Amino acid sequence: MSETDLLELEIENPVASYLRQERLPHIWCPGCGIGTTVNCFARALTESAMDLDRVAIVSGIGCTGRVAGYLNLDSFHTTHGRAIPFATGLKLGNPDLKVVVYSGDGDLSAIGGNHLVHAARRNMDLTVICVNNFTYGMTGGQVAPTTPIGATQTTMPYGNFENPFNLPFLADACGAVYVARWTVYHVKQLAKAMLEGLRKKGFVFIEALAPCPTLYSRRNRLGDGVDQLKYYKEKSKIVNGADTKDVGLTFQGDIVVGRFVDRERPTWLDAMNEHYSQHFGEKYVPYGVSHGQD
Amino acid sequence: MSEGEQVKKGKGTVFVQTEVCKGCSYCIDFCPAHCLEFSRDFNRKGYHYPVLGRPEDCTGCDLCGLYCPDFAIFGVRFKDLEKRKQPAPEPLIPARG
Ligand code: SF4
Ligand code: SF4
Ligand code: SF4
Repeated sequence: MSETDLLELEIENPVASYLRQERLPHIWCPGCGIGTTVNCFARALTESAMDLDRVAIVSGIGCTGRVAGYLNLDSFHTTHGRAIPFATGLKLGNPDLKVVVYSGDGDLSAIGGNHLVHAARRNMDLTVICVNNFTYGMTGGQVAPTTPIGATQTTMPYGNFENPFNLPFLADACGAVYVARWTVYHVKQLAKAMLEGLRKKGFVFIEALAPCPTLYSRRNRLGDGVDQLKYYKEKSKIVNGADTKDVGLTFQGDIVVGRFVDRERPTWLDAMNEHYSQHFGEKYVPYGVSHGQD
Repeated sequence: MSEGEQVKKGKGTVFVQTEVCKGCSYCIDFCPAHCLEFSRDFNRKGYHYPVLGRPEDCTGCDLCGLYCPDFAIFGVRFKDLEKRKQPAPEPLIPARG
């Protein structure tokens, strides 16, 4: 069909309306998995039927940090590691917003690690999507807190010997109310987890494993992006409700995926309102009670 | 956009923006019906892009679209296309004269 036919039929890629077309094509490398997570996110937004004027997206720095710049939503590209504190301010300033933090493993768990820990502890009402490619892509493939033992990186030329974070375990231990891990091979499940994450009230942590063919795969001689997807397909085991302490990752080893945690805890705002209502009774006017889009 | 022109045999078809494809092969490897293959031609950036090798098998499920990290391909079901072809309702007369 020709382009005119397409125009006549008014069909376009279902993800197109979620993207800032003037900024495309994007800069991600061939076979980089980040774009696939964006498709899943767009699908989750469609299915959530949310008012997009009430969804805000915040990214930190890094290849994944670019997502905020490509999505056609109110978005902010913060300084390195500061996506969560910025998002916290946004949420508390306007509790009607659904605030999504979309960033990479390095930005969220290293530079911004402290913010991740405390936002989860407080059960801040944020949906955090962490694209984990085991490396610092944008700066050239340095070892990250998520790099598996034995993987080679520019700063670990003989293989990494540092113990990596098990991110779902970290988020769980800190108090996140929803924790899931999928890979970009599991597009449908990832989109569903994002939908559940958007609907959940409280601190949501979704880890999406994605290939970085340019730095991580090439340095470790793992082939192209699609070869990593084949590895995910072959080595992933779905264990919903798995104990997060058992889901640590090893170099090219088995991957446990699934929805690990789904529980209820009062959010920071709910806890604050409850606390001051008890303290001051009628005199206290609860703040942001209609928050969330449920 | 091109590459969508196919004899209407399967249940759906794909549209490919060949110039933004980076040839990663996600769509080709993970199409559940295995109906895509690489073009023999290159696009301007030098990548082979997907073409519908077996149009009769395409269901229009758009899984290729969900996989494509470059937003370069999407699938549609013919039955959804048919709906589109219905004449559009009369345009409303704009309020401003
Ligand atoms: S460097 Fe890695 S993470 Fe960054 S765009 Fe390229 S493949 Fe993706
Ligand atoms: S629409 Fe579905 S069946 Fe058709 S090419 Fe894409 S993935 Fe394959
Ligand atoms: S998934 Fe997208 S970028 Fe990759 S080969 Fe297919 S159309 Fe091209």
